[in-house]
Amino acid sequence: MLTVEHLSYEVIEEGRKQRILDDISFTVEDGEMLVVTGPNGGGKSTIAKVLMGINPAVEGKIFLDGQDITNLPVHERARAGIGFAFQQPPRFKGMTVQRLLDLAAGVELPERICCRLLSSVGLCAKEYIHREIDATLSGGEMKRIEIATVLAKKHKLCIFDEPEAGIDLWSFSMLVKQFGQIHKSKKESLLLISHQERIIRMADRIMVIRDGKVEKLGQKEEVLNNLALDSFQRQNCIEEGGVM
Amino acid sequence: MIDKIAEKVLNVIDGTGFGKKGAYNFRYNGKPAAFANGKNIRIERKKDKQGIDIYIGKKAKGEEVHIPVVVSTPGMTDIVYNDFYIEDGSDVTIVAGCGIHNDGCEETRHDGIHSFHIGKNAVVRYVEKHYGEGNGKGGRVLNPVTDIHMDEGSSFFMDTAQIKGVDSTERKTKVHMKARCRLHVVEKLMTHGEQHALSDMDVWLEGEESSAQVISRSVAKGSSRQIFHPKAIGMAKCHAHIQCDSIIMDSANVCSIPEIDARNVDAQIIHEAAIGRINNEQLTKLQTLGMTEEEAEAVIIENFLN
Repeated sequence: MLTVEHLSYEVIEEGRKQRILDDISFTVEDGEMLVVTGPNGGGKSTIAKVLMGINPAVEGKIFLDGQDITNLPVHERARAGIGFAFQQPPRFKGMTVQRLLDLAAGVELPERICCRLLSSVGLCAKEYIHREIDATLSGGEMKRIEIATVLAKKHKLCIFDEPEAGIDLWSFSMLVKQFGQIHKSKKESLLLISHQERIIRMADRIMVIRDGKVEKLGQKEEVLNNLALDSFQRQNCIEEGGVM
Repeated sequence: MIDKIAEKVLNVIDGTGFGKKGAYNFRYNGKPAAFANGKNIRIERKKDKQGIDIYIGKKAKGEEVHIPVVVSTPGMTDIVYNDFYIEDGSDVTIVAGCGIHNDGCEETRHDGIHSFHIGKNAVVRYVEKHYGEGNGKGGRVLNPVTDIHMDEGSSFFMDTAQIKGVDSTERKTKVHMKARCRLHVVEKLMTHGEQHALSDMDVWLEGEESSAQVISRSVAKGSSRQIFHPKAIGMAKCHAHIQCDSIIMDSANVCSIPEIDARNVDAQIIHEAAIGRINNEQLTKLQTLGMTEEEAEAVIIENFLN
């Protein structure tokens, strides 16, 4: 279980402190799927990075299964059981896909397991397993390999930052299926940052982040109804504004 | 004949294990120490100077010849001339590692001067590993000279690596290519401390439809210095691609000067060169897999030079 209490994050821009996240509190229960959504620039990816320790929290606490991980470095949070899929994963010259999956799993994986992992994210395993993770791979291919690195190992909590971005429809369906399986098994908690309705509809709970704050947090049905109403009202405002 | 030092160095420079199969010639402290001919490979000692002539017959298909060199006598300068005569249509792998173990205060040096005369349609894979070790203050110096003459339709795959312990190296490589020849060079280098490395390579694409690819990858640590100067000269309708990638760390200095010289309107020659520090995003990604920053850095370097 992940518990986040009063989390804040700031950056200094042009000599002035700017608060990017402000007093964020939430939990992700064991086996739960929490989808974080909201407008671009609202702070969703920053929450993920602060949870992983990539960006340091200025206030607040983070607990994983009761252990205070707020001040742990990135690698220790990973060892504590957090998996993280980047929105824009980096490329590695000279490193093969198989080697990266081995590193992600923490052991040398048999080829058939690597193939299964790649197939589960919609890649034809034999074409990719010995390829280098360099500029010859497209953005969509990189994203799928990135997701496979998180699936390579069991975690207490998996964080996926916009997993759907750059992925074609067919692979997206496979990905949704994969998230569905993880969710169904209830062995890993999932925190997904997404704008995709299909992913949002898979959630147990939804958290809406706007301007660095929690705008809504609740059960899927409740938040979805509110989101639909908000969207309707905003559309009307734009149209009325246009007439005036 | 082979003591523990030589055995250890041999394991590094010729991990595939010389002497286990095929032809070999082992040179230790400036003297021939052991040799064997292969089924289609004959080795003859030079009479006028140090070195050997290696004759590879046209029937050689997939045969190997290993010619490792180890120098462990402090203060020794070992200069050796090895000439390879490769007949038309043969297919051979040549493994030519060189290692220096220096526990003394004086400089130990090995200059391997290799020439290749490659027959029509022959295929040659040339693997060269350079390595230095020892607790002495004396320098460990390796200056290889490689002269390659490729006849029509032949292929040469050159894989060189200098990963550790060589204080100074000046590598000079010249390749002359006739029609339809194919050259593929991968050069890997890591320097640390006060080490210095220079690599000059001239590739002459003289024949129609000849093609060359030169890939250089290096990592410079400490206050080491590296200079790369690969040059492709297109004399006919040909393709060439030179790519130099370097990771720079600490207070090292890397100078990459790829040069392309077209002397024919149908010569297509490209060069790319990049020098940069280890990418922070790469480090972070590996840290999210549970590695410390130091472990992540080592993995990035290991794979970059893989």
